[in-house]
Amino acid sequence: MPGMILLALLVLSAAAYALGQRRVLRMVGGPTRSRALASRPRYYGTYVALWCAVPALGLLLLWVFLEPMVLDQLVLRHLPESYRSLPPERVSLLLNDIKNLAKGGIASGQPDPAVRDAVEHYRNLQSLAKTALWVVVLSLSAVGLQFGYRKIHITFRARNKVEKVVETFLIIASTIAIFTTIGIVFSVLFEALRFFRLVPWWEFLFGLKWSPQMAIRADQVGASGAFGMVPVFTGTLLIALIAMSVAAPLGLLSAIYLSEYAPRAFRTAVKPILEILAGIPTVVYGFFAALTVGPLVRRVGESLGFAVASESALAAGLVMGIMIVPFVSSLTDDVITAVPNDLRDGSLALGATRSETIKRVVLPAALPGIVGGLLLGVSRAIGETMIVVMAAGLAANLTFNPLAAVTTVTVQIVTLLVGDQEFDSPKTLAAFALGLVLFVVTLILNIIALYVVRKYREQYE
Amino acid sequence: MNKPFVTTSSSGVSSPSRTVTIVQASLHKRYRAEKRFRLLGLSAVICGLAFLAFMFVDIISKGYTAFLQTMVLVDIDVDPGEVHVGNLDQADYQGLVKKSLEKLFPEVTGRQEKRELYALVSSGAGTVVRQRVLEDTSMIGKTIALWVPANDDVDMVVKGHVERNLPESERRLGDRTLGWIEALESQGRITTRWNKTFFKSGDSREPELAGILGATAGSFYTILVTLVLSFPIGVAAALYLEEFAPKNRWTDLIEVNINNLAAVPSIVFGLLGLAVFLSFFGLPRSSPLVGGLVLTLMTLPTIIIAGRASLQAVPPSIRDAALSVGASRMQAVFHHVLPLALPGMLTGTIIGMGRALGETAPLLMVGMVAFIVDIPRGFTDPATVLPVQIYLWADSAERAFVEKTSAAILVLLAFLIAMNAAAVYLRNRFERRW
Repeated sequence: MPGMILLALLVLSAAAYALGQRRVLRMVGGPTRSRALASRPRYYGTYVALWCAVPALGLLLLWVFLEPMVLDQLVLRHLPESYRSLPPERVSLLLNDIKNLAKGGIASGQPDPAVRDAVEHYRNLQSLAKTALWVVVLSLSAVGLQFGYRKIHITFRARNKVEKVVETFLIIASTIAIFTTIGIVFSVLFEALRFFRLVPWWEFLFGLKWSPQMAIRADQVGASGAFGMVPVFTGTLLIALIAMSVAAPLGLLSAIYLSEYAPRAFRTAVKPILEILAGIPTVVYGFFAALTVGPLVRRVGESLGFAVASESALAAGLVMGIMIVPFVSSLTDDVITAVPNDLRDGSLALGATRSETIKRVVLPAALPGIVGGLLLGVSRAIGETMIVVMAAGLAANLTFNPLAAVTTVTVQIVTLLVGDQEFDSPKTLAAFALGLVLFVVTLILNIIALYVVRKYREQYE
Repeated sequence: MNKPFVTTSSSGVSSPSRTVTIVQASLHKRYRAEKRFRLLGLSAVICGLAFLAFMFVDIISKGYTAFLQTMVLVDIDVDPGEVHVGNLDQADYQGLVKKSLEKLFPEVTGRQEKRELYALVSSGAGTVVRQRVLEDTSMIGKTIALWVPANDDVDMVVKGHVERNLPESERRLGDRTLGWIEALESQGRITTRWNKTFFKSGDSREPELAGILGATAGSFYTILVTLVLSFPIGVAAALYLEEFAPKNRWTDLIEVNINNLAAVPSIVFGLLGLAVFLSFFGLPRSSPLVGGLVLTLMTLPTIIIAGRASLQAVPPSIRDAALSVGASRMQAVFHHVLPLALPGMLTGTIIGMGRALGETAPLLMVGMVAFIVDIPRGFTDPATVLPVQIYLWADSAERAFVEKTSAAILVLLAFLIAMNAAAVYLRNRFERRW
């Protein structure tokens, strides 16, 4: 339905554009004399079209958001008193039933006359709302058209007005990033605070036991569950550590080789191939880690006489490390090429070999940038989800043994939130508390890393 | 390796000949270190390449057989007693298939044995018969020879994924079933064909009936929402920040913000989607609309950063020339700078869309993991996407789903490679170097 209205609005504004342009041209006395206008004729057309479309669009958007709430209230008011005094979750269940019935679906249980009446009422309201929406939006659009049409005359500065509107749109678009951040902070913080009302924050931050699954039923043994995030976080750090001990040397060395040693042809052939690694979806890495690398690690470990868990931290960490290699190597590549050639030439002129130049001159000069890149890599490893969801375990073991199964923050968020959710159980809210920790930790890492990289760049610019 | 390479004698007065001897004596060692370092770098590159090759070979070797489906030839008596004009839709077609199997192996009598015999063909075999009868009702009363899909366990044996000479206790199929398969094979009643079902159907609990069309359609709608929202907004934001914004603390804040958002873990965007779009705005769960909104927020920073880079690459002389002949700033930007920067922006957008297409974690949060059989037909239908489908299948226990998962990965990678190739083509075709 909004689609049809949008189409109608589009047609109307196209007409408005044509009308505006025609009116101003007629005022000035034909297209040949358009130089006498304050702006080009099409700006007048655009001006009228904007008046026709923008207010109507705003109203449409507002309506689409508000309509369900208003309809709910109206239907509720229509229901007998006995229904309205039900607890809020029962009321929302009832509303759901009414909506389902109105759509022609089925509801839970047999509807009684009052509910059936409400369904009828809801249907009527819906069709009324639909008609009202058409009438209101189209008339607002017509009023806008009329207003814009009246306003234009030969000396009217249409271009300035239109450009102002466009600029406003650009500003709004650029602030969406800010709103996203605010949205993230508030949605995570709000739910996390609700969680901390149920479980004290010191218990969450410093508790050594994590077993949220126990908190399903109130009368169960250990019903309070255990929400100590220490084992979860150490698991995350362990896997990130393994990943970085693969990614850091491989990424650094391959970047150094490709930028300092490799022949041009080799570089142009190999670099895009290595970048494929960065483009592969993480779910593919996860599948590979779970089905190929995991069993492989286990077989190798057992043939050497170690006890290896089937979902070892090592397998997930190794594959994650490979995933981060292109990330580290492209950042390293950037900072190495940013080191001025004078430094290299100076060292080579003193008789140093190339590797000596790299190790003693280029790398120390590029160090801040490299550290920044590695920090970004760590933040990635901590936030990576699919590889660990598929290849790491669920049990929160407090261990630093890479051959044991550990769990991570992201794995726990996914397991707690996928499936049925109740928004007031500590189990669901714990996921948001973990999300808050994840967000804060990666944010700090990112800020430090971006700051270091920026400072470093300025040094050589 | 770390010895100083410039030596002076301790007295401070160095004789040239002595220095030369020392340097020459160490040269051999230093050149060796040089070679070692170089080899180390090369081996790191090779390591990355080898891993990539290993992964591709592994996935392709696991997945290519999923494009084929084992079929069994059965002779079906379309019994007018079972199927007549009145019940064309609900007749027991699966029963007809079972009867034709019984006729092929008349020696099977016991109940347990019969059940095993029926399990040779897929539970979707009846649908194949039904379609054939619906197409041509004159078949009623005749015997038709029809290829029907085999069960997934049979499929695995025929394709050689399960060793036939394993001891019986380690196989999913008993010796009896293997005997039947061999009998059918010797009669030429088993073949493998191009697996159309895989591309034409939605998800299913039966591996041989599961397909990727539903997930592909879901991915299509989700990416469409993402593209329609993130491209104009991303371009607009890049334009404002690069061309119009005054340099002050507010724009600095926006810039830092965008850079940070680009590095926020994707799952956090999923939490945002769950709390804001689902709980607060009450948008429909599991829908491409919500998935697209979440992915939009996730890809916007990438598009903005790429857009700004390509705007920076347009030389200032273009702007100056436009302004000097009387264009307004808006006109200079929209008529001259933007068209020149657009190829670069499009490249960035395609790369961002590629990332969105392969993204899984945030979509798990907004409920796109449900088991959905129907193919979505709009932006608010419950849907899943290709990467999530891969995740769901990878979690399934059946051996046959390993093959399907790998094949779905191959399809996803094919899409991604096509997108990246388009981005590279665009860059090479339209990008101007100044």
